[in-house]
Order: sequence, then C-alpha cells, then structure tokens
Amino acid sequence: MTGYAADVAALARKDLLLELRSRDTLPAMLLFVVSALVVFHFALPADSSTHAETGLLWIAIVFTALLGLTRAFAAEREQGLLDGLVLAPCDRSAIWLGKTIGVTAFLVLAELVALPAFALFFHAIGWELVAAVALADVGIAAIGTLLAAMAAASRARELLLPLLFLPLAIPVVIGGVGASVATNPASFLGFLGLYDAVFAILSWASFEYVVTE
Amino acid sequence: MSTSLRNSTLALATAGLLVGGIALALFWAPEDADQGFSQKIFYVHVPIALTAYACFGFGAWKALRLLWTAEARYDLESYTAIHMGVIFGLLTLVTGSIWAKISWGHWWTWGERQLVLFLILFLFYSAYFMLRYSIEPGPRRERNSAVYALFGVALIPVSFLAVRIAGTILHPTIFTHEGANLPGKMLLAFCICLAGVLALAATLYRVELAGKRVDASLRELRELLA
Amino acid sequence: MTTAEKYVTAAYLVLLGAVLVYLVIIALKVARLEEEVSDLIRLARERRGG
Repeated sequence: MTGYAADVAALARKDLLLELRSRDTLPAMLLFVVSALVVFHFALPADSSTHAETGLLWIAIVFTALLGLTRAFAAEREQGLLDGLVLAPCDRSAIWLGKTIGVTAFLVLAELVALPAFALFFHAIGWELVAAVALADVGIAAIGTLLAAMAAASRARELLLPLLFLPLAIPVVIGGVGASVATNPASFLGFLGLYDAVFAILSWASFEYVVTE
Repeated sequence: MSTSLRNSTLALATAGLLVGGIALALFWAPEDADQGFSQKIFYVHVPIALTAYACFGFGAWKALRLLWTAEARYDLESYTAIHMGVIFGLLTLVTGSIWAKISWGHWWTWGERQLVLFLILFLFYSAYFMLRYSIEPGPRRERNSAVYALFGVALIPVSFLAVRIAGTILHPTIFTHEGANLPGKMLLAFCICLAGVLALAATLYRVELAGKRVDASLRELRELLA
Repeated sequence: MTTAEKYVTAAYLVLLGAVLVYLVIIALKVARLEEEVSDLIRLARERRGG
C-alpha cells in the first residue's frame, strides 16, 4: 500500500510542481471565473433573486472546472508523455488518483478566489455552499480526469470533453445549488457525497482501460 | 434453433404481442377515471421508457463483457444495444411530450421527473456517439466506449435521485401521473404492451446487429480480394 | 374525434412511424449490401482470371 500511496503522491506532486513553474492553467482559471462572475452580473436583470445568482455561481464553477480539465492531460499530450506514464511500473489507477488530486487542488485554489469574489459582487455565502463546493470539487475532479483521458485519445478533444462532461455534471449542479439554497441542505450534501463515492470508485476502477493502448 | 428461425419467431412474437397489447389497451382496458382517454398513451410511453432502460442496461452488460474478455464482438453488441436505447429514449421523450401536452397543455414540463431524467440520459448517450466517431476504430475506441457505457448505467440511478431531490426545492413536482396501482385489466394490457415493445427492441437489435456484422465481413472480404 | 383521442392516436402513430422509418433504413442497407456483394463477386472473378 505504501508503494501505491508513494506513486500517487509523486504523480500529484509532479503536476503541482509543473503548474508552479509554468503557471499557465491556474491563472487562466482564476481570471476566467472572475470574468464569468462579472458577465453574470450584467446578465442578470435588476430584480433577479439571490437564488438565481447562486445558480450562476455553480455554472461558473462547472465551466471553470472544464477549462482546467481541458489542460489536465495537455502537458502529457504535448510532450508525448502519456505513453511513458502508462509504461511506468505503477498501477494505472494511481495515475488517475494523482491527477484527480492535482485537479482538485486547482479547483480549490480557483474557488479560494471565486467564492470571495462572489460574496463581494453578489451576496454573502453560508457554510452550506462552501461544503457543497468542496464535495462537488471531488466529484468533478474524479469524473473530469477520466473523461479528459478519454477525450485525449480522440481527434476533437476540446470539443469532446465538454460534451462528455456536462451531462454527468448535471447531478452535481443539482446537489450543489440545492445545498446552497434549500432550508435543509443535509439531503443535498448527502447526495453529493453519494455521487462522489459512486463516480470516484467507478473512475478509479476503469481508468486503466481508458489509457491502455 | 437456427438464427434465422429464431429471428423469425421473435419477429412474429413481436407482431403478436404488440398488436394484441395495443388492441387490449385501446378497446378492452377501462378508461382512467381521472385522466380519461388520454391516459391510454401510458400503454406505449411507459413500455418504451422501460425498454430504453433495458437497452442501456444490456449495452452496459455487453460493455462489461468486453472489458473482461476483450472479445471484439461485444463492442458491436454494446454499440448496437446503446443505439437501440437512444432510439427508444427519443421515442420516450416524444410520446412523453405528447402526453404532457394533452395532460397539462405544455409540450415540456420540468416537473415531470421521468421526462427530465430521460433528457439527461439522452444527452449522455448522444455524447457516446460523439466519442465513438472521434476515435479511430480499434481496441482504444472499444474500451473507451465500454467504460462510457458503464458510466451511463451508474448515471441512471444517480440522476433519478438527483431529479427527485431537485423536485423538492428547485422545480416542484406538482404534476404526477398515475403510479403503479393498476387495476387488473389495465395491468394485463400494460404487461402485454411491455412484452411487445421489449420484443420489438430485441428484433430490431438482432436485425441491426446482423447488418453491422455483414458490413464488417464484407469489408474484410474486400480487403482479402483487393 | 375528441382532442384526447387525437393526441393518443398521435402517440401510437409515433411508434408505428419509428418502426416504418427503421424498415426503410434497413431496406436501403440491404440494397447497399447487395451492391457490395456483386462488386466483390466481380473482383473475385477477376482474381480467378476472368
């Protein structure tokens, strides 16, 4: 088990270090999410409810995640490294877990900026929303990493990833918005936990079939 | 039983069950007290919906077999089953929309949970075809399609739950259709219609699969001759 | 025909229409396969030597 955990840690650290040096994905995500929030302000008529604003926050999160995910395997693709990774003497699913941790980290960092910006531009947010965002991040990263690997194998990968991702993101949006606005967020948070468990396990188990030649 | 005999028997069974079932539904089953004659759409709409689920499940099963055994034939079978599922899913949305229009006056309502669920699944499985068409044929495409098909089957209960809790807060489910409590005659007519539509899906599946196999064989023959 | 009857008929016709469209597609496919087979027979004959 230590070998597996060490592999995962090494892979995750590699991605984060890469990003620290090249600094291309995270700044783009940060700028994108803040720009999106500004656009949303102008997209909402004056008498829109706070619920509508919360809904749009979740849209911003989903699309910012998509932006980050499109880049998830970009480095490997550009350098032809994916084959090298797959040949590495580690469990393929460790690649998935390492990547997912990296993606989650990116999402969390982006939200550290997005949520205060949202509170500034629109209205204050409660702990339920933060909890929902945290749970949603796990699910989005889990599914997104697998789908990004699938799309990486195809010709039209930038087009394909959103198509594959959005239907699967619908339950996350339902859970997230529900938790943010409902009087009883517990069932929605529980649902997000269930989504995370189901799709994380499925992604973890099936990743090796996706990346093997 | 040879394949052609089995296929013919299946096709005949389909004809019998479907015609019989529809006849029972329209002429023999009693009219619903609340909804009147428009409730009769239920006898095609729900069997079509259940058949779509069955197709997706069958496709996922074939996908699992592919991942286990890596035999190429499972890819074709999984693909055909999901193709059937999407067709029946589309029919579900259309018949459901007609039912919504006659019941509540709108062609679409977010309060009808089954329809919303099918819309999500329709989007998901449509993307399946986008995935297939953008990868070169080969083991890579087969495996990716299979994994995606498995995700679909996991998505079904998760989305069902999601749409259900969404109803409590986001889009109130104020409209519901008759539940599972069906008096005897209605239940029998429904079951025969269900069997008929399932048999129809099975027949179409076999025909389409045979067509695809002949296609592949001819392609191979051409390569051998050229 | 009452409105309800019209809509119910429409729903049943959708099912019938779908099956018939499928039939047309299969018929076209069979025609295409026939053409392909005769083309391959011609190729085989050439290969044999005329």
